[in-house]
Amino acid sequence: MKTSVFLGVVAASGLIAGAGLAAEGDTLATVKSRGELLCGVNPGLVGFASPDANGNWTGFDVALCKAVAAAVLGDPTKVKYVPLTGQTRFTGLASGEVDMLSRNSTWTFSRDTDLKLDFAGVNYYDGQGFMVPKSLGVSSAKELDGATICIQTGTTTELNLADYFKANNMSYQPVNIDSNAEGEQQYMAGACDAYTTDASGLAATRAAFANPDQHVILPEIISKEPLGPMVRHGDNNWGDIVRWTLYALIAAEEYGVTSANIEELSKSSENPEVQRMLGTTDDLGAMMGLDKEWAKRAIMAGGNYGEIFAATIGEQTPIGLARGLNAQWTQGGLMYAMPFR
Amino acid sequence: MSVTDTTVPTAYVRTEMLPPRAAPMQRKGALGWLRENLFSNWFNTVLTVLGIAIIWWFVSHFWPWFAHSVWSAGSLRECREIIAATWGEGASGACFAVIRERWHQYLFGFYPRAEYWRPVMTIGLMFIALAPVLFSVSATIRRRVLAGGGLLTMILMAICGVPLWSAMLMLALFGVALLLAEYAPGRLLWFTVFYPVLGVWLLWGGSLWSPMMVLAGLAAGFVVARLLAKRAPGLAPFAAIITIAIWWAFISQPLADALAGVLPLSLLHVTSREFGGFLLAIVIGVSGITMSLPLGIVLALARRSDMPLIKTFAVMFIEFIRGVPLISLLFVASTLLNYFMPPGTNFDIILRVIIMVTIFAAAYMAEVIRGGLAALPKGQYEAADSLGLDYWQAQRLIILPQALKISIPGIVGTFIGMFKDTTLVGLIGLYEPLKGISDFVRADFNWKGIYWEPFVFVGVIFFVICFSMSRYSMYLERRLSRENR
Amino acid sequence: MNDSVPAGPTAPPFRLSMLIYDRRYRSLTFQVIVFILVMSLFWWLVSNTIENLSRLGKDINFGFLFNRAGYDIPQQLIPYTSDDTHLRAAVVGLLNTLLVSVLGCVAATILGVTVGVLRLSRNWLFARLMTIYVETFRNIPLLLWILIIYAILTEITPAPRAYQGEDARQLFLGLIAPTNRYTAIPAFVAERSPGMLHLGRIAIPWLAILYFACLGAAIVIRNRINARAQRIQNQTGKRPVTWWVNLALFVVPPVVIWLAFGLHLDVPELAGFNFKGGINVDNALVALWLALTLYTAAFIAEITRAGILSVSKGQTEAAYSLGLRPNRTMNLVILPQALRVIIPPLISQYLNLTKNSSLAIAVGYMDLRGTLGGTTVNQTGREMEGILLMMLVYLAISLIISGGMNLYNRRVALKER
Repeated sequence: MKTSVFLGVVAASGLIAGAGLAAEGDTLATVKSRGELLCGVNPGLVGFASPDANGNWTGFDVALCKAVAAAVLGDPTKVKYVPLTGQTRFTGLASGEVDMLSRNSTWTFSRDTDLKLDFAGVNYYDGQGFMVPKSLGVSSAKELDGATICIQTGTTTELNLADYFKANNMSYQPVNIDSNAEGEQQYMAGACDAYTTDASGLAATRAAFANPDQHVILPEIISKEPLGPMVRHGDNNWGDIVRWTLYALIAAEEYGVTSANIEELSKSSENPEVQRMLGTTDDLGAMMGLDKEWAKRAIMAGGNYGEIFAATIGEQTPIGLARGLNAQWTQGGLMYAMPFR
Repeated sequence: MSVTDTTVPTAYVRTEMLPPRAAPMQRKGALGWLRENLFSNWFNTVLTVLGIAIIWWFVSHFWPWFAHSVWSAGSLRECREIIAATWGEGASGACFAVIRERWHQYLFGFYPRAEYWRPVMTIGLMFIALAPVLFSVSATIRRRVLAGGGLLTMILMAICGVPLWSAMLMLALFGVALLLAEYAPGRLLWFTVFYPVLGVWLLWGGSLWSPMMVLAGLAAGFVVARLLAKRAPGLAPFAAIITIAIWWAFISQPLADALAGVLPLSLLHVTSREFGGFLLAIVIGVSGITMSLPLGIVLALARRSDMPLIKTFAVMFIEFIRGVPLISLLFVASTLLNYFMPPGTNFDIILRVIIMVTIFAAAYMAEVIRGGLAALPKGQYEAADSLGLDYWQAQRLIILPQALKISIPGIVGTFIGMFKDTTLVGLIGLYEPLKGISDFVRADFNWKGIYWEPFVFVGVIFFVICFSMSRYSMYLERRLSRENR
Repeated sequence: MNDSVPAGPTAPPFRLSMLIYDRRYRSLTFQVIVFILVMSLFWWLVSNTIENLSRLGKDINFGFLFNRAGYDIPQQLIPYTSDDTHLRAAVVGLLNTLLVSVLGCVAATILGVTVGVLRLSRNWLFARLMTIYVETFRNIPLLLWILIIYAILTEITPAPRAYQGEDARQLFLGLIAPTNRYTAIPAFVAERSPGMLHLGRIAIPWLAILYFACLGAAIVIRNRINARAQRIQNQTGKRPVTWWVNLALFVVPPVVIWLAFGLHLDVPELAGFNFKGGINVDNALVALWLALTLYTAAFIAEITRAGILSVSKGQTEAAYSLGLRPNRTMNLVILPQALRVIIPPLISQYLNLTKNSSLAIAVGYMDLRGTLGGTTVNQTGREMEGILLMMLVYLAISLIISGGMNLYNRRVALKER
């Protein structure tokens, strides 16, 4: 009896849910037939992904989802944002709950190989840093021997911290915290001498303090955190679409294509690379199953890489992040789009 | 001594009543009450002083914070400026402006704002659906619950700014329900039966026909069972189950589509992902409890069955589920359930959570109902047997009605526990009010760093809901114990 | 017909339809069907899992447990560094779970029983206060309490630096220093330590073993003495005085150990950033412990109250009329009856507390769920193995506790005749 009821419940709920779509196979076709892109995002990270009072998502990671939706479906609003926690993000992607993950995930060897997922590129070069109150009188992470440090559990930052102190032959007392909110509360109450997380997160946290100038972010960056969008292993065409959408945004900044002048440039640009990218001359989109103007739409969705950066996390925003490593390679940064050819 | 001799003065016999003397000062009035209840001996005095100290500590620490609350500001920074400007630099104060700006997300998550009338109406109708079940014992209480529920729904509707017609409709429905409850309370039960379908349709939207067809499947199964009951009573339940399965699998969808073509009764479709806040907690809690109740009854009966295999399965299932924390089951729902399903199935996460919560609650429910079954005197079973009733008849007509009645307080207790446990779904990334909504509100730069206010707000709502439910169960317990005397 | 003794109803020949209509066979049929259904469901789940895993190119492999964990755990009962294996991290987590559960159960029982009794007190104010406490804690989710208590704890306690300098704070009773990171408590230290018993990488101090051995021996001897006293009382009507022997049994060995090994308290002292000496109890542990205690105690208070109220007043009066003194009435009449009502729900509260301790992650206390089911799963991507293993461990703990409860229930169950 029990099992039949259970089966009944499963069957009924399956019916209500509607048979889901295939987890693997042709993601592009799936997205097109659904008419909507399922994009895995952070449930809430200042500047990168957060919903406002009306439930509209904005942020640096969200902009990439919009660009991909614009490229594939022709409409940047056709995105369903699926918030995924640190623990559920990879299984969510692997099981087909989302089509892509744009959720500040660090590109590491084991994630790329063992988890059977692919990184489509890097949209933000981050690194782990420390923030301390000025009153502590510390000016370098090397002086933190014996300190108590607030650290978010279950992330790579935890491993980096352990490695860093071990390598420098120092000791520390970890205060594990579950989420950024708890971390800030503990840090403000003085439960830890230093707070460590990605430098971008530290900057955002510091900016929101009542008196930001009483806290300093130490110069040491103790890890490499290349954050990028992820797709499932095996569907190479879909991976290409996400990768080249990202490159289109980056390249657009390099060649001075902005959301304001794109209409004009797509007609009048003399740069053959821009012509190819925007579909004025060649039809690059067809090579990955899209139309000619895919890149143009992607750029129009939220502007080029530089525009997105400036609008969500740049120096004009309260978060106030400098471009740093994320400047174009021509400006001494690491953002380097592969040639459109 | 003669009786007639009245001349001898009997000085020791009082001839007139003394006027009652006033009670001594220590026993009278406020002072007497104080002495009696607060300072009757040294231990009591110590307790009283301790109690006052505790109250003082709480008030002195938390009152200024409350007193200095700011209700209208655009961001935490503005709040801080207002507090500093009004009560001086360094004053601490609450910034409830965040609640004022985000309250709708705490209540409904990302549910489309124009459609708020639907969840509110669903909740309002729930009172009507529950009235004949939970408040069947007393007409007065039923009246009060219906009126109170109606008032609450109307207030909610006013706060949410729903369209006028929906408020009117709701008011009319409550009126009808009140009348029905007065004159034909039995009829209201039909509404209770239809309520799940109606609720699902109102909340998720889409075509009304799909949920109707699910219900029609059950009806078809029932009809088949009735038809076969005479000819092949043993086969009837199996035939019914097979009919329902066939109906759901092959008939209901095409039929629903066809009917939708004829008469498109449909609402804007809202996906589960858009549910959040207390709406999510209530949806998970209520659907979990309604589905776990039948499952729990079956499990409880199975555990008391004399068929060894059935009993073993029931015991294994119940003990396994009760032995692991809910959070681990939720992790199974969020990470492992997809592995257990055929490749390509992609379950809605809320549905997965509801299934897990149902299974979890069913195990607890089974134990509660088993307690109720065990509490019935043996004579009831024997009486049923002596009437020649078979097992299911005896359960349906004699045992379960009584056992369930005794178990209602326990069932309500399980429900309160489950409702509180819905906060755990935040740990797997759903937008429950406590952490889910609060964390994303904090991800808005304006409200980054806000910590206590959301907790206070959410805590108060949880308290109000759970406290009223526990009062109800206490009332019922008293009432039942009086009846059984 | 009439010449033969009517033979008993001969068993009718077996027909297939009897599998459904005959009650004797029907239950068999039913069980076989259910068995087949359950097994096929099980098989279905397992085969799905195998197929899904093979599609993703994953396998089920517990080898990850022996890889380097790489993360640190703030609160540990056995030595652990980030170089140890995931398995050891899981054991540390398990011990942390057990630690907070045991501490929580003890404290919740004490507090809960006290509150339950005080709710029945005649002091109006205090009874109301206790009611408010019970209702507030019972009707608000535990997760909220854990977060709030953790935050309050760090807000109201001073930084370790506050114990330094001119207007330094004093240690509580000169022994305990609550700070906003940890609570520094004194530790027992022996001047002449007999060292440790090394079992693999787990070390147990000989002193503790010695102490518990003495305690065990004392309990055994006390039981013997009491049994003998009972026997003498039954024979002669006079009970020999035994209290001083009992007292000596429990007092003398510790004192001897104390003096022999030069035991003393190692009081925490501020050195640099933090306290040295003594034991630093992580605030996450304190907060979790407090929250679990306060939350569960509210339930235990209700259980206690109901238990006391369940023993009817006639029992007390009857005991008095037999001439029993009040404390004997309590011990021999009231408590045994109240306990029969109190203990089963009490144990299930212990079970709840243990399971609820898995919310530790909210304050970053690394319990089993935080290590094995949290960071380990996250770092290795082995969610299937990690979560199933974690569930198994929790199941084992629960089964052990509820097994104990069943034993107790059988002992105290009313013998029905």
